[in-house]
Amino acid sequence: MAARTLTINGTLISARSNETVLEAAREAGISIPTLCHLDGLSEVGACRLCLVEIAGSAKLQPACHTTVTEGMEVQTDTPRLKAHRRAIVELLFAERNHICAVCVASGHCELQQLAVEVGMSHVRYEYLSPDCSVDISHARFGIDHNRCVLCTRCVRACDEVEGVHTWDIAGRGTNARVITDLNVPWGEATSCTSCGKCLLACPTGAIFSRGSTVAELERDASRIATIVAARNERW
Amino acid sequence: MTQTIVIDPVTRIEGHAKISIYLDNDGSVRDAQFHVTEFRGFERFCIGRPFWEMPAITARICGICPISHILASAKAGDALLAVEIPPAADKLRRLMNLGQIIQSHALSFFHLSGPDLFLGYESDPAKRNIFGLIAAEPDFARGGIRLRQFGQEIIEALGGRKIHPAWAVPGGVRSGMSAEVRAAFRQRLPEAMDVTRNALARFKTVLDASDEEVTSYGFFPSLFAGMVTPEGNWEHHGGKLRVRDAEGQILADQVKADDYQQLFGEASEAWSYLKFPYYQPLGYPDGIYRVGPLARLNVCDQVGTPLADAELTEMRQRAGHRMVTASFYYHYARLIEILAALELVTQLLDDPELGSSVLRADAGVNHLEAVGCSEAPRGSLFHHYQVDKNGLITYLNLIIATGQNNLAMNQTVAQIARHYLRGDRLEEGLLNRVEAGIRAYDPCLSCSTHAVGQAAFAISLIGPDGRVVDHAVR
Repeated sequence: MAARTLTINGTLISARSNETVLEAAREAGISIPTLCHLDGLSEVGACRLCLVEIAGSAKLQPACHTTVTEGMEVQTDTPRLKAHRRAIVELLFAERNHICAVCVASGHCELQQLAVEVGMSHVRYEYLSPDCSVDISHARFGIDHNRCVLCTRCVRACDEVEGVHTWDIAGRGTNARVITDLNVPWGEATSCTSCGKCLLACPTGAIFSRGSTVAELERDASRIATIVAARNERW
Repeated sequence: MTQTIVIDPVTRIEGHAKISIYLDNDGSVRDAQFHVTEFRGFERFCIGRPFWEMPAITARICGICPISHILASAKAGDALLAVEIPPAADKLRRLMNLGQIIQSHALSFFHLSGPDLFLGYESDPAKRNIFGLIAAEPDFARGGIRLRQFGQEIIEALGGRKIHPAWAVPGGVRSGMSAEVRAAFRQRLPEAMDVTRNALARFKTVLDASDEEVTSYGFFPSLFAGMVTPEGNWEHHGGKLRVRDAEGQILADQVKADDYQQLFGEASEAWSYLKFPYYQPLGYPDGIYRVGPLARLNVCDQVGTPLADAELTEMRQRAGHRMVTASFYYHYARLIEILAALELVTQLLDDPELGSSVLRADAGVNHLEAVGCSEAPRGSLFHHYQVDKNGLITYLNLIIATGQNNLAMNQTVAQIARHYLRGDRLEEGLLNRVEAGIRAYDPCLSCSTHAVGQAAFAISLIGPDGRVVDHAVR
């Protein structure tokens, strides 16, 4: 496979021709924040946290969805990008009801970690404070829509890795919700195999083990990539 | 001319309050109201949450006594699961509650009321605080601060943090206590004991010179309610309820937390966010009862530990009656309870079961309604939940210790005002005496309204025509 040479933040990088800017950056030890990306799943470019500046383009590009090209000049950490990232995280917090202090995932939450990374000292936008439901009808798991950021990692893990597609999205805009089967309570979703991959994939406390108490939910999202690698390599 | 005196805000208490004193034409005190001016709404926004989250959510009601809410909530959760928690978990919960009683009582006695008791009610207000006490009596103040630290660090050792540890959960607790940690706390017990005994001796000296305060800071007959063991001894967690009247007669005994509504009703008044619980059989407001340290020592036959029992006998002798009806004795009772807690901590730290790894019972939702009760430092605390078949909260009622003392605190304010108010002006000394009378109950208004706020005190003097004649704010 042909190699490509590019610069990221002024550092000369060598990457394979089919790699994304995100992959190339991570291999070179350069961190770009992400939320909807999860190793082992397809990319949707939904969260826009991995936006980067590319010389010659006025538009910002999502690093997860942009393939490297020869001579590309990428900036990942400019003041403009930092401001955008902080705004994106603030908007995520403003859109639903994220109360870290009493959340099952506190201390083990990618959204919480992102807020720290982008320096979110407070939220400048008005909270929408939507009236969101909690579904704990499943015997083992629960979904709290207050904490969902619509990253669709659960949808993709269920579809691409478990192969059942119990999860999907219904509604539009701020009314969008992840649903199970044809929008039935999770406990009645007959396609669900109770495998728990959605729980592993969820970056926040939206999907949790039933009976979890505050700050108790610890998961390892990298296990999704391990499963996919094992399957592809036929370990 | 008739007038109203308003004290707004009330200081050195936990929360926001103000006081109105109503005067008659002849300048005598007609009535007094202790208004709690905070509102929070936990009983609404907890609806729809899984009950497993309730200990940690309700803990956020208060930063002083979160443990009380965690334990009462976890108790209600145990009952929803219909499980008996592992024995080690019960002992560990008790240990944490004892740590809580020690730290909260030490805070009340040394930090909040100490300046009144040891510097004087009419001493310079600028120095009448914990810093003034540190300057005047450094060793005594240091001892009190370290005693509180001892209690706080027991909580931290168990729950990982001093405030709001998400540790007690429906079915048990999340972690135990190792032998090394137990040994470290055992070494600190003698100092904590010395500080407490010294404080008792100092308080008795103050008490000897406080006849006027004893008979005016909430000196009246009322019922008393609190938890007792099956034998009728002092209890702080896992016991059943007892109510005694001012003569010592037992009106109700060994009542389960589930049946609290048979004992207590809740009335509301337009002028306060704090509800007015009353003893149901006597109605409102005749069913006035008190809870907390003094009430617990009044309802129990004895404490059940030697040092605390000796002190309890002496307190009853000093009061001249088996039932102590002067609220000034709350301070005394608080110190005796610290002593009892230290004796019980000593016993628990020697118990190897605290290091057990079997700490949590698991089950599905087996009951749709439950009441959890625990003795908070300020008195009996009830968490009453109803859930749907999956375990989402559909109804929540919290009955808080401070609320149960509401009627008594109002009577106390009126009694102090009648005794000390001269003319229609708010003398600084009077203001502080009214506050000191309230502080005897160690009220936690954040808890009692489940409300936010920092300590603040306001008082108004109001004439019969409704005009505010004098007003003071701190």
